[in-house]
Amino acid sequence: MTEPIVQYRDVHKSFGDVKVLKGINLDIHPAEKIAVIGPSGSGKTTIIRMLMTLEEPTSGDIIVDGTNLWKMEKSGKMVRASEKHLREVRGDIGMVFQHFNLFPHMTILDNCMAAPIHVKKENKEEVRERAVQMLERVGLGDKFDSYPSQLSGGQKQRVAMARALVMRPKIMLFDEVTSALDPELVGEVLEVIRDIAKNDDMAMVLVTHEMDFALDIADKVLFLDEGVITEQGTASEVIEHSTNERLQTFLHRFRKV
Amino acid sequence: MITINAILDIFPQLMRGLGVTVTVLLASAVLAYLMAFIAGLCRLSQNVIIRKFTGFYVEVFRGTSLIVQLFWLYYAIPMLFGIQLGSNWWTGVIAIGLNYGAYLSEVVRGSILSVAKGQTEAAVALNMSRFQRMRLIIFPQAVRMMLPEFGNYTIQMLKGTSLVSLIGMTDVLYYGDIMRSTNLAQAPLIYLLVLVFYFILALPLIWLTRKGESISKKGVASG
Repeated sequence: MTEPIVQYRDVHKSFGDVKVLKGINLDIHPAEKIAVIGPSGSGKTTIIRMLMTLEEPTSGDIIVDGTNLWKMEKSGKMVRASEKHLREVRGDIGMVFQHFNLFPHMTILDNCMAAPIHVKKENKEEVRERAVQMLERVGLGDKFDSYPSQLSGGQKQRVAMARALVMRPKIMLFDEVTSALDPELVGEVLEVIRDIAKNDDMAMVLVTHEMDFALDIADKVLFLDEGVITEQGTASEVIEHSTNERLQTFLHRFRKV
Repeated sequence: MITINAILDIFPQLMRGLGVTVTVLLASAVLAYLMAFIAGLCRLSQNVIIRKFTGFYVEVFRGTSLIVQLFWLYYAIPMLFGIQLGSNWWTGVIAIGLNYGAYLSEVVRGSILSVAKGQTEAAVALNMSRFQRMRLIIFPQAVRMMLPEFGNYTIQMLKGTSLVSLIGMTDVLYYGDIMRSTNLAQAPLIYLLVLVFYFILALPLIWLTRKGESISKKGVASG
């Protein structure tokens, strides 16, 4: 197997006195699709938020493409990463959020174009072409000049995915991207994710409650329970053959609803 | 009939103060907005000294009376330090501008802080730098939120300009006072007209504030 693009090494995270993650070890390989499942409050979201540099680990290391994300070397010692260091290392990572977080003061097209132009300093015409292409891909080819407030939740989430894709990330993080949607809009968003998973060679980490969907597209499933990854393997290994009691209870509860 | 004649008498007199009132308003508004953005952003700076220093400015100017500040600039500073702040027009503009700048800086700070956290997170996820996040994402939304409050404070500033009559400037209120002192019986009518005068001047500002409110309702993610 190829070298992992991301490695978590004994990563802990506490919020105040609450220990959310208690020693996460995890490899993410290029193009690998990983689903993270588990009860709410188990720290699933925190795992990917740390990789996106939105939360700083309390201890442990996250290595991205060979570089320590949260620590850097300064005159022979490892110190806390500067903003500049974080920017250099997180450039290949993209994220889609539960609440979309589109920029409400920009059109859909501008939402997709702002970062490639200002962050990557790419040519505006090329970026526009790519943004148009991505928006068409997610089925919003007729909405370029709309503002986010004019869209449905499902449409907003598809824009958010196009916006992340235009940056050409090597790793895409999905943080419960269908949880805030009306049930009838979930399908259209999952369709887009399925399309990305099938046709793009980026690594994907999905934190999700859409169990069947996750198992369908994931190469690897992680079961997170009380801050520890207690099960990992292929979908069939984890779901069908695991004897982990808590996992079975969790799955059972899901299947019932 | 007598009243109408009196009005026709008084109004042109008040008009003579219009220039001073309007120019003081415009100049102090520009200064206040400038101070608001500088101080508002400085209070969010990562540097403790900058933050404390601007905090001091804001609290001093918010916490003391505008009219006393005006007198300080006009009477005390020249005596103590031998500095003349230019004409009394400038003194008025600086006092009003610094005072309202302090209030407005809190509006700037508050608006920036109330842009939803998810906006910053999305900008981080797109690898924007701190400066880019502020310039492209947070600030444009915060400005929309500021508009109504900026309108409110500008209306207050208009009324505040009447204080410059106390340092010998010939604004609308000054001419009202002059007329009253020569014609005491007319005092109620004169001051009524002064009020009407300020109200007419405030009308466009009130309209702009409304406009600002409707703009700020759109295009912002707050919470």
